[in-house]
Amino acid sequence: MPLLDIKNLSVEFTTRAGTFRAVDGIDLTVDEGEVVGIVGESGSGKSVTSLAVMGLLGSNGHVIADRMMFAGKDLLTMPAAQRRKITGKDVAMVFQEPMTSLNPCFTVGFQIMETLRVHEGLSGKALRNRAIALLEQVGIPAPETRLSAFPHQLSGGMNQRVMIAIAIACNPRLLVADEPTTALDVTIQKQILDLLVQLQRERGMALILITHDMGVVAETAQRVVVMYAGQVAETRPVHSLFERPRHPYTGALLDALPERALGKRRLPTIPGMVPGIADRPAGCLFSPRCRFADARCRAERPALFDVDDGRARCFYPLPDGHLAAGEAL
Amino acid sequence: MSTETEPHIVEAEADRSVVLEARELRKHYAVKRGAFKPMATVKALDGVSFRLQAGKTLAVVGESGCGKSTLARSVTMIEPPTSGELHYDGRDVVGRSAAEMKELRRTVQMVFQNPYGSLNPRKTVGSILTEPLVINTAMDKHERRDRAVAMMGKVGLRPDQVDRYPHMFSGGQRQRIAIARALMLNPRVVVADEPVSALDVSIQAQVLNLMMDLQEELNLAYLFISHDLSVVRHIADSLMVMYLGKPVEHGAKDVVFTRPRHPYTRILLAATPRVNPDLRVERVVPKGELPSPLNPPPGCAFHKRCPFATDRCAAEVPPLRPVDERLVACHYAEEMN
Repeated sequence: MPLLDIKNLSVEFTTRAGTFRAVDGIDLTVDEGEVVGIVGESGSGKSVTSLAVMGLLGSNGHVIADRMMFAGKDLLTMPAAQRRKITGKDVAMVFQEPMTSLNPCFTVGFQIMETLRVHEGLSGKALRNRAIALLEQVGIPAPETRLSAFPHQLSGGMNQRVMIAIAIACNPRLLVADEPTTALDVTIQKQILDLLVQLQRERGMALILITHDMGVVAETAQRVVVMYAGQVAETRPVHSLFERPRHPYTGALLDALPERALGKRRLPTIPGMVPGIADRPAGCLFSPRCRFADARCRAERPALFDVDDGRARCFYPLPDGHLAAGEAL
Repeated sequence: MSTETEPHIVEAEADRSVVLEARELRKHYAVKRGAFKPMATVKALDGVSFRLQAGKTLAVVGESGCGKSTLARSVTMIEPPTSGELHYDGRDVVGRSAAEMKELRRTVQMVFQNPYGSLNPRKTVGSILTEPLVINTAMDKHERRDRAVAMMGKVGLRPDQVDRYPHMFSGGQRQRIAIARALMLNPRVVVADEPVSALDVSIQAQVLNLMMDLQEELNLAYLFISHDLSVVRHIADSLMVMYLGKPVEHGAKDVVFTRPRHPYTRILLAATPRVNPDLRVERVVPKGELPSPLNPPPGCAFHKRCPFATDRCAAEVPPLRPVDERLVACHYAEEMN
């Protein structure tokens, strides 16, 4: 049984302009100890998915799902008080901007100990020692003195380590990291990713890594979910996805990377942009930007079909994983 | 100053394609550390020299705090350097009158990182694009608008969008507006400070293509500031890696990328995440973080994070010297292979 099992999850936001479906029927399963990467451009619904899993959506966000199970417990029917006991304990989250996600008015020590106090009921010396041990684990030098530091006294990388320390404080079984390294320099990004993977291995924790950076997923995840306009476009094991993408969107996204265009002067681009609230096409959501789209794609929404070792939402999956060789989109 | 600059002017004229030359550019800031402590000096830029040719791109890479943005501010004459020389088309910038500076500033324009912050939300695209013309030229209203509309076409925006406000555009389109604004005065040099790092991959590719097309068409020189080495590898002709205000490696792109000689360059390359497993470099794990520029370590500024550092590195500042077709500031550059 998977640790996290989500079937047909949709998230709708009520706005003055009407209802907006940010996440549209996605399935997501995460096994115990697995690293799943969710990639997509801005507006693809990847962050909203993670907030729905965490139960952190605001009051205008409505979660609709056929099934939403965590470790055998139903998150949909669970009372809020019970859900609150899981959030931050068994399922923890690392947010994108370490500088703004930590409370500037409290010391990092207080913020780490708060988690432990609420969920584990620790106090006094034991609490302090656990906090010091956690800071040590995430590689913060001189942890005893850092407990009394405020977030503004630490660098971005150090603050992100503090965030990770808070997230792993109660030995979560699932850690959701939403763009954990986007605000950081490459060298610090490398350190933080290595730290996350090391903690994940040591503790057998499952990790959902949400990012827009293809390189980060390729180096970190075991399985990848590619999202487009609130839907899953393709989901595959990491190696085969990057070697042989089957969905034209994944293929086009990979081709647009400067890394894959070595020696070429022009980068292949994807025309147009992600459809907004009002202009969702009738057929496949990617069809207006897809080179291979035909009448069927424009009229009918494709389901997630089985391809090779995963699934892709396309009537005509790319046969060899490449858009016609050398051709720009 | 003027007697000193003359030989450089002669030299610059010898190589006509050089539009911008910086020599030993320094920018030091005095910082207060507390009421009773003496003022400290931050050497944000500490001896940077380079030449930029028309139609070429020099990329500046490094971590935040390495002086990239200070370099951009000095080169665009937003702030005068503490010392050093800056030449545009062989003309020295230092010691010019205000009127001459105004004229010189037209040759260099800037594109900023965040297109959500760099465009005035209360102005239409038309007025954003015509503002430089209002300030710097004697064109009348119609001429200005014609120029703005023509420029919009050039950067791939529709002329009928001229009366729209920035919030009506996507991030990629906003960056096109920012690029159009930078080109309104026909500059010869464009300083682009992380122009694509706020954009999605597919949009990033569109903007990079646009920048390369415009460079070819208008023979622009780019000073391209970035932390993304795969973007730099795509767009740059030469590369300068900076660390704590100083260049540590500077040379042609292919030379530096294929045979990096400075440990810091190697660490940056290794830390860049790659999609293709074959391109992943051996894992030199970067240690620690950028030291405080208020209190840089003695000797080589990088030695505390360097996996190859010796006692010599802690004591002696390595000079920037030519090794294997590039300039590199490392005592052991010859042995890095």
